[in-house]
Amino acid sequence: MLGAVFNLNRPAHVVHWHFFQMTVSNIVVIVVMLVVFALAVLLPFPGAARRRGEAS
Amino acid sequence: MSVAPPVRTSWTTRIREAAVGALPPEKLLPDSQPTYVASWIYVFGVASLASLVVIVGSGVILSLKGPAWWHYTSVGHFFNSIHLWAVLLFFFLMVVHLWGKYWMAAWRGGRTRVWITGAVTFLVAIPTALTGYVSQQNFDGQWIATQAKDGFNSVGVGAFFNVTNFGQMYGYHVLLLPAAVIALVIAHVLLVRRHGVVPPFRLTSERASSPAPRSENGPALSGGDGPSSGNEGART
Repeated sequence: MLGAVFNLNRPAHVVHWHFFQMTVSNIVVIVVMLVVFALAVLLPFPGAARRRGEAS
Repeated sequence: MSVAPPVRTSWTTRIREAAVGALPPEKLLPDSQPTYVASWIYVFGVASLASLVVIVGSGVILSLKGPAWWHYTSVGHFFNSIHLWAVLLFFFLMVVHLWGKYWMAAWRGGRTRVWITGAVTFLVAIPTALTGYVSQQNFDGQWIATQAKDGFNSVGVGAFFNVTNFGQMYGYHVLLLPAAVIALVIAHVLLVRRHGVVPPFRLTSERASSPAPRSENGPALSGGDGPSSGNEGART
């Protein structure tokens, strides 16, 4: 399905800056991981406040 | 007829007593967890375990059918894709969990082995994935193998770990390295159960205004810096 949206039958796009060289797809995955990590830290866990209230 | 008393020197007795002493049933399968375990970071740890189960399950099917099956049948191709995407998900979830535990300093309170087993699992998972990529039996696998061959040769281990040798890589991939990953994950989970999840750092204002709380049967807690009892904090 995604193969119909993104043409995968071609060389990957690469970001090359001085010593740094990485494919765009890898950069996208790393950025998504950082975003998900930030959300995991910042977003409240469902029911966490209620549990703390019950325990205190 | 009298029943003989248990032999204290029996190795089975010693192992049982040591195992139950290190990890009693109420710690192995606890009724509750401290309130600070209600965090998304632990969801990523558990999701990593779930993806590992999918990896092992799909890997068993692929190994039962043998190499090449995933190329010439649609069902084989499906399980190959499940295996690949579960691996990608495994690394994604494991890294987020690892980052979270790093910033929580999860090795505090005598939890060094918990941290080490988790970090080493990540390191061992890398060659496990690499040997899978070079076992694909296609041009992608050949390209990765020749690139990796240069890398291994450059550090002098190419003769012992020959990534262009399909048989050796397949053996590593379906048995040796997965066994290491699974053993490390089991050790990690058991150590988490034994030592408990690391408590959060106490705020500076909390430290100044109140003495360190005491755990149920352990030492005073100073942000988890002391030895762990596995029972810290309020529980739900």
